[in-house]
Amino acid sequence: MTDFFNEMYDAGKVREPYARLEDWTKAMPAELRHLKQAEAEALFRRIGITFAVYGEGGDPDRLIPFDMFPRVFTQFEWRRLEKGIKQRARALNAFLLDVYGRGEIVKAGKIPARLVYQNEAYERAVSGFTPPRGIYSHIVGIDIVRTGADEFFVLEDNCRTPSGVSYMLENREIMMRMFPQIFRENRIEPVDGYADALRRTLASVAPAKCDREPTIAILTPGHFNSAYYEHSFLADLMGVELVEGADLFVEGGFCWMRTTEGPKKLDVIYRRLDDAFLDPLCFRPDSMLGVPGLMDVYRSGGVTICSAPGAGVADDKAIYTYVPDMVRFYLGEEPLLNNVPTWKCAKDDDCKYVLEHLGDLVVKEVHGSGGYGMLVGPKSTKEQIETFRIKITENPDNYIAQPTLALSTTPTFVEEGIAPRHVDLRPYCLVGEKIELVPGGLTRVALKEGSLVVNSSQGGGVKDTWVLAE
Amino acid sequence: MILTVNHVTTYRYDAPMRAAVQSLRLFPSRFDGQRAIRWDVTVEGGTRGGSFRDGAGDKVEGWSMRGPVSEVSIAVSGQVETIDMAGVLRGHRELVPPFAYLRETVATWIDDAIETLAQEAAAGADDALDRAHRLSAAVAGAITYAPGVTHAHTTAAEALDLGEGVCQDHAHALIACARALDMPARYVSGYLYARDDGVPHEASHAWAEIWVEGIGWIGFDAANGCCPDERYIRLGSGLDAREAAPVKGVAMGAGEEKLDVTVALDAIQQ
Repeated sequence: MTDFFNEMYDAGKVREPYARLEDWTKAMPAELRHLKQAEAEALFRRIGITFAVYGEGGDPDRLIPFDMFPRVFTQFEWRRLEKGIKQRARALNAFLLDVYGRGEIVKAGKIPARLVYQNEAYERAVSGFTPPRGIYSHIVGIDIVRTGADEFFVLEDNCRTPSGVSYMLENREIMMRMFPQIFRENRIEPVDGYADALRRTLASVAPAKCDREPTIAILTPGHFNSAYYEHSFLADLMGVELVEGADLFVEGGFCWMRTTEGPKKLDVIYRRLDDAFLDPLCFRPDSMLGVPGLMDVYRSGGVTICSAPGAGVADDKAIYTYVPDMVRFYLGEEPLLNNVPTWKCAKDDDCKYVLEHLGDLVVKEVHGSGGYGMLVGPKSTKEQIETFRIKITENPDNYIAQPTLALSTTPTFVEEGIAPRHVDLRPYCLVGEKIELVPGGLTRVALKEGSLVVNSSQGGGVKDTWVLAE
Repeated sequence: MILTVNHVTTYRYDAPMRAAVQSLRLFPSRFDGQRAIRWDVTVEGGTRGGSFRDGAGDKVEGWSMRGPVSEVSIAVSGQVETIDMAGVLRGHRELVPPFAYLRETVATWIDDAIETLAQEAAAGADDALDRAHRLSAAVAGAITYAPGVTHAHTTAAEALDLGEGVCQDHAHALIACARALDMPARYVSGYLYARDDGVPHEASHAWAEIWVEGIGWIGFDAANGCCPDERYIRLGSGLDAREAAPVKGVAMGAGEEKLDVTVALDAIQQ
């Protein structure tokens, strides 16, 4: 039995950030708890926050389970994380600027050329074009796990359009509504500045041609997209338009939004649409979701697209292993946040090791996401392991492996009462004129006992994440 | 050689369209082998959009038309001075590294037949340049020029299987062969002045460029068994024909599209 770090109880004692929560839970009988849980669910239903899970079937408007037990960080812990996250966000953006420019990191032999330039996510169409302020990834979601009091690891980076921030905001909103008392007893840093910060960030990367207050819009694939709620929620909070491709057109080197008062020039597009669908003239010719001609307008400096097309090459799982090298290469600093040790099956020695230790490792597809196409060795049957052995042998480049990490646990409300469950953390770092990070993030929790997979598609839930003020 | 180009591409629609948008890669490349004396591109009734030079060194210009659109007519008129560089693309400014041209696309997919053709052609080659020449010759031998057999979406593997095709198929096959040997290769679109040989040719043309370490990008026209010389005008490049297309456009609406292209290329001998 592995020893997991429990964020609330350390050697039988309550750790400092959770001190006040012990009384709170003790004062909550099971009956009240069930009542509150039902109330929370009703609230989530009413505001309509649901998350469709691809490929799982069943109810597409299923709620992600919300656990009322908050996850808490001290100010000290948070500051350390914040520094590491900002450092990583800077390095990832520097990498993107470099590989779409002169490619110094490749020339210096720090990252193999093949991994960058033959990567599916590398968009040759934007090389040579520098987006405003040289920023490619304006919202960087960095998934972090904890294994000890002082041990944090980055699991993966999300440089394209990380989702889930609406949960961070709604979880807080609902907790404050249901338990105003604990927000009076604890000094908790607010997260509701996120929308303003996001708006500021987007406005700060308006094209040079924009000579007034920039007009911003969120581009969504439409209401059938699993994160549509989040798109409309953020548009509402920021007070910007939510648009679909058909609402936009290009003319005279600019992008225009159809409105009831006639066309309005658009300066910044926060797109929640993959590169492939942005513009049928540049990417997938069969895409109906994007705007024909948008990439020509973008590349001639008429509109800014956030995140920049091509940003995905920085968050590829094969590139991930080189992020610490990026920090050293571009910033001349030592990485403050460590990577999880990773074996690349593309390397013969690594592949041999992985195949010999499949039962102990987590194997992931290089381009996969959302916990699909993944093998958790210790939790898998012999059959599942053998299936993966064949897959890896056939296409080693497509897989990486990591040790099964002893993810920390936090107390979680379960059927029987309160029990430890494994958690991770996704903070959202904003990169524009400034680099900003609201104190908090999305904590995902694996609700199944013993499970280490926190993805909502695999039975994960969410929690409110607190950072205590000093 | 001084080449005069008059090139009109017309899309006609049987029902008026709501709007049309074009992305044009219709401008002569800048390198030591050619220089535009004058060059003019217009879309009749259209609005000129932004233009820029991309990382591959190509100039791209956007155009749009508000509806109702029943016809989109793109007219190119210009004069270019060319010299024979034996296919070498010297003095061409670009940023995209050659590695980026090793990626396979649907049109240039490497199947077993392409792999075999490439391996056999390259066996015993002295160096990379020799290898590239041998590949070009092998593709020319494997695909006979025959218009009308293949279509715009025919892949390199399909054309090789048919054994017949046009310049697009030769270029795709050569690119696939080169990439099979880990040699970066790309598709180039342009014009070819080819009236003196007595055979009527479509003046719009395409060929391949292969990266040879130490020299740079070199053009190979497998369809004509040569390297581009002063009879060629280079416009733009891409991973395959779709990416390098001089005219990309969409029209919004339900009408059926009919394409009509006329290209007149004349030479003034110096």
